[in-house]
Amino acid sequence: MNYILEGLVQAFRLLARGDPETFSALEATVRSSSLAMLASLVLGLPLGFVLGHGRFRGRRLLRTLVDTCLALPTVLIGLVVYSFLSRRGPLGDWGMLFTLPGLAIGQAILALPVVMALTATAVEGLDRRLGLTLLTLGASRRQLALTTLWEARQGLLAAAVNAYGRVVTEVGIAMMVGGNIKWHTRTVTTAIALETGKGEFAQGIALGIILLGLALLVNLGLIRLRRGATP
Amino acid sequence: MRPYHALAVFAVAALLLASLSAPALAGGQLMMATTTSTDDTGLLNYLAPIFQKETGIELKWTATGTGKALELGKNCDVDVVLVHAPGAEKKFVESGAGVNRRQVMYNDFVLLGPADDPAGIKGKTMAQALASLRQHKAIFVSRGDKSGTHMMELGLWKKAGEQVPDKESWYVQAGQGMYKTLILASEKKGYTLCDRGTFFKFEADNQGHPPLVVLLEGEPELLNQYSVIEVNPAACPKAKQDLAKRFSDWLASPHGQKLMADFKVYGKQLFTPNAQ
Repeated sequence: MNYILEGLVQAFRLLARGDPETFSALEATVRSSSLAMLASLVLGLPLGFVLGHGRFRGRRLLRTLVDTCLALPTVLIGLVVYSFLSRRGPLGDWGMLFTLPGLAIGQAILALPVVMALTATAVEGLDRRLGLTLLTLGASRRQLALTTLWEARQGLLAAAVNAYGRVVTEVGIAMMVGGNIKWHTRTVTTAIALETGKGEFAQGIALGIILLGLALLVNLGLIRLRRGATP
Repeated sequence: MRPYHALAVFAVAALLLASLSAPALAGGQLMMATTTSTDDTGLLNYLAPIFQKETGIELKWTATGTGKALELGKNCDVDVVLVHAPGAEKKFVESGAGVNRRQVMYNDFVLLGPADDPAGIKGKTMAQALASLRQHKAIFVSRGDKSGTHMMELGLWKKAGEQVPDKESWYVQAGQGMYKTLILASEKKGYTLCDRGTFFKFEADNQGHPPLVVLLEGEPELLNQYSVIEVNPAACPKAKQDLAKRFSDWLASPHGQKLMADFKVYGKQLFTPNAQ
């Protein structure tokens, strides 16, 4: 029990004195998760729209596959991405193993199915007459897609929030692809794992609280966005 | 603020963050794979800044089990390894993955157990102790993770002429790091093998009255030898062997050796330098 109280006090102490190791880990987390979210949104929103709105053969099967990928274990993603980025792997020349962009690739793979599946669900949930109305009004395909996504914006925000939650808390990919290198790829989650392994439980809890604080900030920002988006 | 604008702001911020890469250092960067014990004890946090100050080379390391550390070396993902499993290290060098294996320091393992010692191993030799554990079906918690400590434990069973336990009800394979294994062994009132550094830490965390105590120590086979091995540039053309060699030389130099001897955890010397 003491660990929790100690952790809470320690969290404030680390932030107040600007502990360089903590801030380095926070920076690594923010950088890799921002890159991963950017990539997964750019790819996942259009793909999710096609998945939810399109009427093509194999759509249901594809939908099932994407839903299955929601259960991808992070350790597995870490191993697969490692085997590609390793010097001995097909993309070894890129030199991206043990770097934040390399880590972001793995996290984007983690986030992509979340963005796709929830975007598809949001688009499916819209009134089907919307598309027909737009077409009768002479909308182009691009206008159709943008308007549909706009109408589904609440669902898309939910997709982003969910994906962000998975990315920022995962530890399997960060350990394997990032390597938990001090001052470089040590994220908040790998730092927690390290402290726990060393038996510094209070420090681990402190870092966990700080990570929750970061998530709170992001979600506070999104609440403002949601207000603006409410019709 | 409209979501599109927010997305744009978010995208620009992400790109800015990504473009700020770390400035390159004059002396270069050396990538090392090592075992958790060198990191958890704080040894590397102590040595790396001194090494950088003296040579300009930045030492970066990833701390894992010895098995994975050697695998990273084999795949050319690191330039140098610092590990503690002589058997696996020799295979690593023989397979052509590494060159210039150099012993740099040692500490030792201790056999821990509950103070009342239900299997009565205190005062026995290692072989007798292990046989007694089996006989009493005393709970033994193994790391079970191919770490250097785990490989040492497997070797001890073999040296004692005992079959390595696996599915026996009293043999618990944790698959966890050393500290978590100690906690598991305390909860189960079991025996376990531990490196002395982690035990110091455990002892200090329990105000000098740990739930597990040292029951067997000082046997020659409990020696825990650490070696540094350069990744073979013939197998990995991009490996920075020049930097790896400088690190290895530095560790083995009288100066590096003295730094290791001076390193203390809770006021106690943890590693004994023994480079030749």
